[in-house]
Amino acid sequence: MSGATDLPKPAFRLSSLIYDTRYRFITIQVIVLILALLFTAWLVENVRSNLALKGKDIDFAFLWRRGGYDIGQHLIPYTNDSTHGRAAMVGLINTLVVAVLASILSTVLGVFLGVLRLSKNWIISRLVGVYVEIFRNVPLLLWIVLVAVVFSETAPAPKDFKLVNGVAKASMSLWDSVAITNRSTNVPFPLLDRPLPAIVTPWFTLPTSLLAILALIAGSIWAVLRLSRRATAVQEATGMRPVTWWQSLAILFAPMLAALYALGFHLDYPALKGFNFQGGLSFDHAFTSLTLALTLYYAAITAEIVRSGIQAISRGQTEASFALGLRPGRTMSLIILPQALRVIIPPMISQWVSLTKDTSLGIAVSYLDLRGTLGGITLNQTGRELECMLLMMLIYLIISLIISALANVYNTSVKLKER
Amino acid sequence: MQFTRTEMLPPRAPPVSQSGALKWVRENLFSSWLNATLTILSGLVVYSLVKLSAPWLLHAVWNANSLSECRSVIAANFGPDAGGACWAMIRARWYQWIFGFYPPEVYWRPILNFGLLFVAMAPILFSDNLRGSVKLVGVVAALTILGLALAQGSWGLFALLSAIMLVSLAVAAWAPRYLLIATVLYPFATVWLLWGGSIWGPLLALAGFALIVPVYRALSPRFGLVVATTGGVIVASLWWFVLQGYVADALQTAIPLGIVAVESDKFGGFLLAFLIGVSSISISLPIGILLALGRQSNMVLIKALSVGFIEFVRGVPLITMLFTASLLLQYFLPPRVQFDLILRVIILVTLFSAAYNAEVVRGGLAALPKGQSEAADALGLDYWQAQRLIIMPQALKVSIPGIVSTFIGLFKDTTLVSFVGLQDPLRGITSIVRADIDWKGIYWEPYIFVAAIFFVACYGMSRYSLYLERKLGTDHR
Repeated sequence: MSGATDLPKPAFRLSSLIYDTRYRFITIQVIVLILALLFTAWLVENVRSNLALKGKDIDFAFLWRRGGYDIGQHLIPYTNDSTHGRAAMVGLINTLVVAVLASILSTVLGVFLGVLRLSKNWIISRLVGVYVEIFRNVPLLLWIVLVAVVFSETAPAPKDFKLVNGVAKASMSLWDSVAITNRSTNVPFPLLDRPLPAIVTPWFTLPTSLLAILALIAGSIWAVLRLSRRATAVQEATGMRPVTWWQSLAILFAPMLAALYALGFHLDYPALKGFNFQGGLSFDHAFTSLTLALTLYYAAITAEIVRSGIQAISRGQTEASFALGLRPGRTMSLIILPQALRVIIPPMISQWVSLTKDTSLGIAVSYLDLRGTLGGITLNQTGRELECMLLMMLIYLIISLIISALANVYNTSVKLKER
Repeated sequence: MQFTRTEMLPPRAPPVSQSGALKWVRENLFSSWLNATLTILSGLVVYSLVKLSAPWLLHAVWNANSLSECRSVIAANFGPDAGGACWAMIRARWYQWIFGFYPPEVYWRPILNFGLLFVAMAPILFSDNLRGSVKLVGVVAALTILGLALAQGSWGLFALLSAIMLVSLAVAAWAPRYLLIATVLYPFATVWLLWGGSIWGPLLALAGFALIVPVYRALSPRFGLVVATTGGVIVASLWWFVLQGYVADALQTAIPLGIVAVESDKFGGFLLAFLIGVSSISISLPIGILLALGRQSNMVLIKALSVGFIEFVRGVPLITMLFTASLLLQYFLPPRVQFDLILRVIILVTLFSAAYNAEVVRGGLAALPKGQSEAADALGLDYWQAQRLIIMPQALKVSIPGIVSTFIGLFKDTTLVSFVGLQDPLRGITSIVRADIDWKGIYWEPYIFVAAIFFVACYGMSRYSLYLERKLGTDHR
């Protein structure tokens, strides 16, 4: 009787390192390791000799020295006496503010546009198609620059709002509440007459009133959810769904309105005082144009992602849902979108990451984000290119990795559970 | 008694609402209340857009020397309050947008180079579609000859360059395989045509590549592909970095052959955008493939290096890479080694898009059934043979749309080079034009013009990628 027997494995010889596939990968990796180490050593040596030649060293102490420059938009206390490190922190926060705001706005707008793109309505789907193609095929930088230029060229100067002989050249829009000047956009800002006493700690100030209102909103939403769950239970038991919409509305709005009244809520309107608008909240055009351009551009890209995600769902799903008697709206929200979400989310993640990276284009409108402070003014003032650039790249890298990681966790949770 | 109908009733025409344009309108515009509202809303949007822009476009002025002249022409023709586009600015600064500060007497060089780009790409773009490639080369040849006729130059030169384009058209039509020669020669021709100077430098650099072949042939039977290629590259590098300079100088003194040199700071406009875009994507594709293979590799170290590189590059904005090119690269190179800013930018942009291409190719690799590589193993192919003959042709086919969209993104991102002081069409040239006293205060026209050119280029590329997707039939349905 004959059977297949394994060939005897040849013993290790020195030549096996080259010819035997079992050992060759060790050889290759050792060679690659040596090359990589040599390359790194070469880089380090170059940096060392270049620094010596310029009489510089690597030193991050400048982060604790006085910055000496102003940043218009700062969400944490900052003056020109603050340190470079604090300036970088302000810049990082500005980057994140634009990134978060533009991500939310562009996702909402993009999902809306993506659904409209698939509408059976001929004119609206063409219109959205034109929008998407125009925004996708033109550089983002152009939109940022164009929005900024249009703001600064077409908007009136603050002095044009002044009444001269009873007539002003320009007027505020939206019932005299919003003033768009060539310097900034001024909008009303909510203020409280009788705020709760704030808790002041040495590091930060706790906005108690804001937290109280947020807690109230969360509580109302929780109560509404409970109400709807009870209504569902009643429906399942009796087949009749109790009418709850007015109760939900009351629970949602009554406590909040009462709280706002108790705290003395009112809006602070911008008003022309002297040469510029005072009061309200003033958005720099750098911020507005960057956010607006990012939103419009990424909405177009999101719309395409959503469209292809919805189209990826097989037609049988829609047909089955119609056969069950679901109406088109419910088909979309209960059958198509939950499945499309799995296709949509991975490319959306990378869109959010690239949006965050693209906030660095704020350089075109002099928006003082991370690149503008740490990689811009601080770099130029201190002359520490190596330290500033490496630190900035590291921070961007960390932000990108965090977004991908968080989004991946979410992605795994909605992924199809295969058995 | 029986009644039998002998003749049928004539068929009646369908109701008006069930046929023709009315049916289409009912079904596509007013099928429900929601749809009707949407139709009316979008009609209003279109109407207001047209109402805003139509007079502006209709009152356009094409011939003027300054913005104030434009405005006076519009005021004279259409009344004092009329607004109008001043396209005269584009006529006046057209060449600057296309070529930057490139010397006008040698505009023929970038024009010829741009025409040859399509000749070189034709065999790749339309690999098995002879008519497509002839059409492309024909259109490009006609446009290039037109462009050359508009540029300044002597008749002899014009005849010579037109002959070059016509010869390539003839080659495309009757001997398409030889177009690949143009593809191979093109990078060297680009360097020589755009930067000028002695012809010996690019020729000898090409000779360096030619050196790789005999070395590879000599080594590959005994040592295999990787060692043979490495050996070839080492020999060629010795040639490039040690010998080539001396030989080129010697040849140049013996037989001076060359054209006027053009410095890098003269480059600008769309010439620069295309130069950076095309060279970066074509160099980054092979690097991207290697990185993707490295990421798939089961050698831990190589995988770690590839993943580290890809994730690092994809995690930082392109702007930081460009600043690295302009500020940091001097720290990482040996002291006193300086080279051209455009070249530095191309290198960094190439590394940047290599990481993105690697991810695209990795997607293509992941889409392949595992059976393919197992079958290749079973046939006894080694790793590189399997990659070259089995895996890559299929994986690249799947990833073509991704590669094209990477390229579209890269091409749009070439506008960022203005931040390191290069004259890109969007910020560089436009701000120069807008700073001119004649055109101060103009803002819609230059941006619309630049946007239109980018739109045509990018939209054309995405259509091409759709054509490829259809042709290659990547969706298995």
